[in-house]
Amino acid sequence: MSAISFQSVSKTYPTQRGQSGAAVKALDDVSFDIQQGEFFGLLGPNGAGKTSLISILAGLSRASSGSVTVHGHNVLGDYAAARRTLGVVPQELVFDPFFSVREALRIQSGYFGIKNNDAWIDELLASLGLADKASANMRQLSGGMKRRMLVAQALVHKPQVIVLDEPTAGVDVELRQTLWQFIAKLNKQGSTVLLTTHYLEEAEALCSRIAMLKLGKVVALAQTSELLQAASSNVLRFKIDSELPAALAGKARITGRIVQFPAHNANEIEQYLAAIRQAGLEAVDVEIRKADLEDVFLEVMSGKSKAAA
Amino acid sequence: MTGMQTLLYKETLRFWKVGFQTVGAPILTAVMYMLIFGHVLEGRVLVYGTVNYTAFLVPGLVMMSVLQNAFANSSSSLIQSKIMGSLVFVLLTPLSHWHWFFAYVGAAVARGLLVGAGVFAVTVYFGRPDFVYPLWIVLFAVLGAAMLGALGVIAGLWSDKFDQMAAFQNFVIMPMTFLSGVFYSIHSLPPFWQTVSHLNPFFYMIDGFRYGFFGVSDVSPWLSLGIVSTALAVVSAIAVNMLRTGYKIRS
Repeated sequence: MSAISFQSVSKTYPTQRGQSGAAVKALDDVSFDIQQGEFFGLLGPNGAGKTSLISILAGLSRASSGSVTVHGHNVLGDYAAARRTLGVVPQELVFDPFFSVREALRIQSGYFGIKNNDAWIDELLASLGLADKASANMRQLSGGMKRRMLVAQALVHKPQVIVLDEPTAGVDVELRQTLWQFIAKLNKQGSTVLLTTHYLEEAEALCSRIAMLKLGKVVALAQTSELLQAASSNVLRFKIDSELPAALAGKARITGRIVQFPAHNANEIEQYLAAIRQAGLEAVDVEIRKADLEDVFLEVMSGKSKAAA
Repeated sequence: MTGMQTLLYKETLRFWKVGFQTVGAPILTAVMYMLIFGHVLEGRVLVYGTVNYTAFLVPGLVMMSVLQNAFANSSSSLIQSKIMGSLVFVLLTPLSHWHWFFAYVGAAVARGLLVGAGVFAVTVYFGRPDFVYPLWIVLFAVLGAAMLGALGVIAGLWSDKFDQMAAFQNFVIMPMTFLSGVFYSIHSLPPFWQTVSHLNPFFYMIDGFRYGFFGVSDVSPWLSLGIVSTALAVVSAIAVNMLRTGYKIRS
């Protein structure tokens, strides 16, 4: 049985009252399964439909058509069982200002009918670096602490499926590592993890399989290693002070002075360098590196990849 | 505790933590009404022919406080948590729409009765009413608080902004409570306004509640009980249906 199953999920948001324009199709016939124990990445640019899909999974939103199950439980018809199985870390940095950290976690446990949960609450707080904040009011926490508190609240009922919607936004590097170590430990113990993030190096390091969404459609779905292989295997990277000719600029990813060309073989690399020389330009700090997930992502989003689903 | 009991506990703890404003402030307001109206009208007005005005006013003020605070509890909790986004912590739980309803209305009843008891404890010093039928007192207080708690759920779900909530409170709840006979017997009104008052379900809550104190009322307490129960059932059905469909909380 799949941990999560999306079957032909579509979501259309009606036009807001007083606004003109057509209704927005946030998700268009999305279907894929996530197996139990997987660490699965859901990637896509802003507005691709990632959060819409997670909202439907979590019961925060309803699909216009299609169905979603969690461990076989339909998220609409059998929502109570589905939500007991799910632990969702929302993207928005929200908190209830009336309570302390421990009170909020006890209350969250209580919603799931769990009594005397302090041992697990203490473990969560220690693992997420919040042990010394147990008595602090939620308002006193920094942004990064509030983010980690969202993770603790999502995990308080020991869910079998953990959904993380951009959990590391605004969290510093050291604490991000702590968070990932903890989530990876839970994954090793059998929890399924569904992650959305804009930090593609995190997704590459953690996720065994990845789906990419673009304008509400799945445009890539494969093992992370397959995605990396299917994309351009190398990247030619250099710095340049002048503007590239238009023909070359169209093929390159340019960030300030840094220019990067996706290349499949040595021949392509030679051609790029020759074109630069012929244009009378000087490339400095030239290097060739292996393509990473960011390169794959950009290729898929531009429609050039062979890795599309 | 079950999930529903936890939500009820959380909603009760929420107002209790800011009790100075959620319980203390309405008691002070009621004392101000008592000082001003009681002082000005005491000795000049007899209600039902035998009841002095201050004693008449006490149950009215108590019930007004019960109703307004029951409404304020469920409505403000929902609108605040909607706007701040913290409602997501409840939305992600397995709690059903019935659990939500009983927890939010239960906490509203708790706050309404607590404030009502506080107002009574303070205002009874000015004019002591009788306790002819205590069970009617409790029955109408609970039913009235439950109806306003359910109405608060509707208002909290419907409102997108604080000013919409304020409009609901100022243009619906406030006029209906003031025009319900808190400060007067409707028999002292001109016939037209008597008719208008009879269309106001809040009038029956206060009249039935007052019957429990004096054994005298403008209309039969059974009629009041029937109308208040029906109004509660209608408002509850609307609130439960809004929660079931996730009106404005599940897109």
